[in-house]
This record gives sequence, structure tokens and C-alpha cells, in this order.
Amino acid sequence: MSRAEAAGSDGRAAAEAAGSDGRAAAEAAGSDGRAGAETVGSDGRAASGVALGTGSGGRAVSLAWTLGLFRSELSLTFRRWRTLALLAVLAAVPVLVGVAVRIETSDGGSIGGGGPDGGGGPAFIAQVTNNGLFLVFTALAATLPFFLPMAIGVVAGDAIAGEASAGTLRYLLVAPAGRTRLLLAKYASTLAFCLVATLVVAASALAVGALLFPLGEVTTISGTRISFTDGLLRALLIALVVAASLIGVAALGLFVSTLTNSGIAAMATTVGLLITVQIVDQIPQLHAVHPYLFSHYWLSFADLMREPVYWDDLVKNLGLQGLYAGVFGSAAWARFGAKDIAT
Amino acid sequence: MAPYEPEQDSNEAGELRAGRRKAVRYVVPLAVAGVAAATIGLVPALATSGDPDLPDVTAQELIEKIAASDTQQLSGTVKISTDLGLPSFASGMTGSFAPGAGGAGGGDEEGGDGKGSAADPSAKLMELATGTHTLRVAADGPDRQKLSVLDDAAEYSLIHNGDDVWAYDSASNEAYHSKDGGKAGEGAGKHGGKDLPKNVPATPKEFAEQALKAADKSTSVKVDGSAQVAGRDAYRLVLKPKASGSTVGQITIAVDAKTGTPLKFTLSPAGGGSAVVDAGFTKVDFGKPAASTFDFKPAKGTKVTEEGDSNDTFRHEGGKDVKDFKGAEPGVNVIGEGWTSIAELKLPGDQGLPTSASDDVPQEAAKFLDSLGDKVKGDFGSGTVFKTRLVNALITDDGKVYVGAVTKDALLKAANAAQ
Repeated sequence: MSRAEAAGSDGRAAAEAAGSDGRAAAEAAGSDGRAGAETVGSDGRAASGVALGTGSGGRAVSLAWTLGLFRSELSLTFRRWRTLALLAVLAAVPVLVGVAVRIETSDGGSIGGGGPDGGGGPAFIAQVTNNGLFLVFTALAATLPFFLPMAIGVVAGDAIAGEASAGTLRYLLVAPAGRTRLLLAKYASTLAFCLVATLVVAASALAVGALLFPLGEVTTISGTRISFTDGLLRALLIALVVAASLIGVAALGLFVSTLTNSGIAAMATTVGLLITVQIVDQIPQLHAVHPYLFSHYWLSFADLMREPVYWDDLVKNLGLQGLYAGVFGSAAWARFGAKDIAT
Repeated sequence: MAPYEPEQDSNEAGELRAGRRKAVRYVVPLAVAGVAAATIGLVPALATSGDPDLPDVTAQELIEKIAASDTQQLSGTVKISTDLGLPSFASGMTGSFAPGAGGAGGGDEEGGDGKGSAADPSAKLMELATGTHTLRVAADGPDRQKLSVLDDAAEYSLIHNGDDVWAYDSASNEAYHSKDGGKAGEGAGKHGGKDLPKNVPATPKEFAEQALKAADKSTSVKVDGSAQVAGRDAYRLVLKPKASGSTVGQITIAVDAKTGTPLKFTLSPAGGGSAVVDAGFTKVDFGKPAASTFDFKPAKGTKVTEEGDSNDTFRHEGGKDVKDFKGAEPGVNVIGEGWTSIAELKLPGDQGLPTSASDDVPQEAAKFLDSLGDKVKGDFGSGTVFKTRLVNALITDDGKVYVGAVTKDALLKAANAAQ
């Protein structure tokens, strides 16, 4: 399945190898003029590389190439059965919660018998029966502590270490695409997965909520009322904030992924770190370190349902995620850029 | 950047250089972490340094300013930290920590108590007596106030709007409603003069003079410099009990220099250490809050409890909270006055707390109770002293209780004298 595309004047050549596992190599963008050649790697894994020409328009071309790399990473991530299974599990959580709430309240009772503490359960669950939109918030509050970051940990941990253990990392680096750019593409596709995973949860919850419960005017947790459209906007904003809350885990996972050549080890370490951090966050004696744990402000997304919105913790959360992205992203860059790639 | 760079250096010098380059790369994450740590450490320090320069005022002028303050509209975020030491004794004391302050400070909590008493929020508000909480307050004239306790992913709101008083707990999605808003408003006005200026009985000048005169006997009042609270310049008004025996070290009230609104209230114990009560605005806005803030209608499915006789509830709940030391409840006898006043009351059944000696409680429970307090003896007989950082209580074996923000010795003296 060897193919060569002859192309434009700036004399680029891309060597692409397409694997049977469905890795889509960077697509040759026709009009910007490249010559590409695809070869099938013996291990069925694909590597892609481009020799950049020295001609004019190098910057635009390199941007296009970066986008191409990103696109290939993206489709690699989302074509994996593993990823689809993760998304399916995430989509099932709101269904479970919704059906459970529906069954428990079918006799007109309230969740957990009410009570001053709301009878436990994830945040917002008491409001779900009044307004299906709250299932979005409940589902996000239920998945954010564990399911979502675990999925991110699997994807991020696999990013570099998975390629290394499959023996495809060096093919990716055959052409001078640059390690930094590869790392950025990997991180960007992980972040895209964060967003998609969160939106999958939110969309599934919205669908289930609309099916099982009434929709309508939304009562914020401050007691004021906003229109349903406003409520939908806030739900979208909350989904975005939840996705942004996962930036830190993604960066941490990527860094761990550069440390080892075993994809499984990287995933396990990332998920293990996640659990450890969650436990540490629960120990009151360690309150001094709590504000620096990436999961500490996760539930602050609920502050978007206050009226007026309480921004303090939200800003802290986003700042903390940015900090983790900066520290562990650059640590991943430092490690990956200097690493000897043997496999 | 060429991917094979590290491997291209084959000679020894090259390897050394490559090694150094590897090490240099790690400087980047370290630098990012360092800069972040420095920012986190330095910015708050820089932000709080330097008290504002304000023209000098006397205590009298400042109190006049507080009284003349016509802040009708206000919204903001309040942070309350309470460290009483012993949570089990905290309930009921928040409203009574400042017997001599004349309601000048702590208006937020006390206003909340008064307002809420028409609904059923006492249990929830008692949570404020321990730990750190974030509150939101909003007020628009005497008829509309709102107080919200911000919990994790939930909120507890008290809304007073005209004739309606609502309490809404978003965690359980339950609401309490009282129609009797007028009474509740008056109740709030008694303690929260700041929110409801129309209920202040005297003109500002008279009020200030009275407050100072009342304070003169038991309290030294002075203006102690300035401070920045919630981004606003404020004077610090310091109240100190003159008499010894009080556990209250001093009360500091930060008063907004422009509007005269109290912005921060700090109660330090005589024993030193961190503040017992520290309540202050972290954000404040003197603009008119949005009308929708006070607009509450329970959604379909929200469990609403209608409060029957709110007046009775007020006397029962609010009265107990606020007036412990003023002899409002039958059976309460106040010994002394000002800061060192001690409330004397009788436990039902003329019996003291169960001790390990009595048979009607399990041994473990009795031992636990014993371990909480100190056994004391005196002319009054014997009893147990329970201590917190602010309020101490003596429960005698014959069923009398002496409670006050005074030291243990003062309690014993009062008990002896009462015999």
C-alpha cells in the first residue's frame, strides 16, 4: 500500500506509515504542496514524519503540519476501542443516576428521605426530580472525582509510553517533526479527550434528564430563578469548567508517560496518583497542602450555579490547573526532549 | 529541533554537553514551580502590607459615623472563622459574645439570627459557631435582606422580602416559609442596627454618646489606626473590657472610612492565641443588589414547611440566643454587668449533670462527661467547669448553671457569692 503523492513547489516530502490498528497518519494537505509517501510499518503501527523544505512559507507549512499531526493524534485517540469503551462507561453513569433517582422517587418520595444534609449522594441530586437539567450537574459531580480523571489518566498515560511500548515512538520521530511538537500534539489530543469526555457525560445526562424528568425554569442554589435557556448556558459553562479541571491530570499523566516505556505502568501510576491525591485531600490533618492538590477545587464548578456566581474558587481552580499544566507540561518536555528513544 | 540531537554527540565532550543540556531542560519546570510559589507567597503579603493613611478621628466621632451610616444597600461576601475550642458549647453563644458592644459589631450574624428566627434556620446557623464559613449578604433597604451560607456545591439562604421570610436549603431542596415578615424584621432590627437603620431609636449623635457613656463604665474605647478590609480603607475601633475576669481580650471593629459601615469584627481572647471570632467582608459593594436576588419562589417539588407562629419561635429561639445575659428568659438571673456578667440558671429537676457517681447513666457516658470538664469545689458545694476559649460554664451538682465570658475563678466567685 505504498503511495506517493507528488506535489508542490516547496519540496516537502512526508513519509507516512499507516498501520492496521487504525492509526491515521497525517493527511497530506493537497494544496499546500507536499510530497508524501506512506509505508506500512512491519509492526502494523504508523509513524509519520515530514521533511520540511526550506522554501518560502515554511511557517505556514509548519503550522499546517502541526495541525496535521494533531489531527492524526486525535483520530488515533478516538478510533481506539479502549477510548470508545471509556466514553461508553462515562455515558452510562448519568443513565444509572437518572434511572435510580426516577425509581426512588416514583412513589412521590424524595431522595434519601430529605433531611438537612440532603440524604447524601452527589451534589444537586435533590433537585433532579424538579428539573432534569440538574442531572447534568449531578452526573458531572458524580463522575468528576473519579471516572473522568481516570479516563484522562488512561489516555494521557498511554500517550508517549504507549507508543514506546508498541515500538512506534521512534517511527514517529524518524522525520524531524520535532519532539516538542509531537508532545504538544499528544497533549492537545489529550485535552480534546477531556473536553469530549465531559461533553459526553453532560449530553447523556441532558438526554436522560429530559426523558425522565420535567424541564423548565431553573432554581439556582441561591434560591433565585433563571430561565431554562440561561440554565442550559450555565450547564455548558459548567461542562467547560469541568473539562478545564482535568487539565492538571492530563499534564501529570503526560509527564508520567514520558518516564516509562510501559503504557500500562504509566496509566496505573497516573490513576494511582489520582487516588492518592484524592485521599490526601480528605485528611483534615493535611489541610496545609490541600490548596495545592489538583483535585481540591474540582467541585467549585457548582459555584456557577450560585447567583451571583461566586468566582473565587473557580479562579483558584483554573489557576491551579494552569500551574499543573505549566509545571508538569514543561517537566514532560524536559524529560521527553532529552530522553534516549530506544524503542 | 532535530530529534536525534542527543545521539549525535558521540565523543565524551559531546556526551558531557548533552548531559548538561538535559539538566538545563529541567530548569524550566523548576522555574515555573518556583515562580508560582513565589507569586502565591508574595502577592498576598504585598497586597496586605501598608495601612491606608486616613485623617485622625476620635472614638466618639467614629461611633457617630457608624450610627449616622445610612447604608441601606449593600452586598458582599463575608468570611467567618470561629474557634471557640469546644464545639459542644458553641451553640447559642454566637449572639451573645459582645454584651457591651451595643450591637455595633457582629451585625451580620446577629441580624441573621433575628431574621431567621421566623423560619427555622437556627440549627443551620449554629453551624457558623464552629469552623470557617463563607457567607453572602445582600441588603436593599429595611424590607429586603438576604443571607446565604455557602456550602460545598450547596447553599443555605435566608431571604427576607417584604412580608415573606424564606429559608431555602439547596442541599436537601427544602424551604421554610413565614408570612410574618414584619415581626421578623423588627427582630432583626433590634440586633442588626446596621441593616435596619430606621429601628435605631436615637439620633446618631445621641446613639454615639450613649454608646460611649455605656462603654465608659466597663470598656475602654479607642481608635487604633487604620486597615484595609475588602479593598476599602477602614478605621480600627478597639473595645477592651476594663474589669479583670473577662475572657474577652479585645474586640476590634474595622469601620469603613467612607460609609461608616462596620466591615470586620474580630474578638480576641484574653488568653492570647488566634481570634475566637473573626468575621469580615472579603468583598463588599455598596451598590443596589439586583432585585432578583430577593425574589424567591419555591420550585415545583421543593418541600415547603410553613412556619405557624413565628412570633413564638422568635421568643423561643432568638430570645434564647441573644438575651441569655439580659435576663429575658424566666429563670435566668444575671450576676454582674458588662463584660463580666454571668448568667445563672437552673437545670430542670434540681439535679446536676450525671457524674460517674450516679447510677442513671452508663459509666462510659458519665466518664466522657467528666473528662470534658474540671471538677471544682467551693462554698457552693461541688460542680464541674466546662471551658471553651471564650465562654466558661460551671454546673453545680445541685443543678445550677453559671455561664459567662469570664474566667473560671470569676465563675467560682459568683457561685460562692450566690449562696
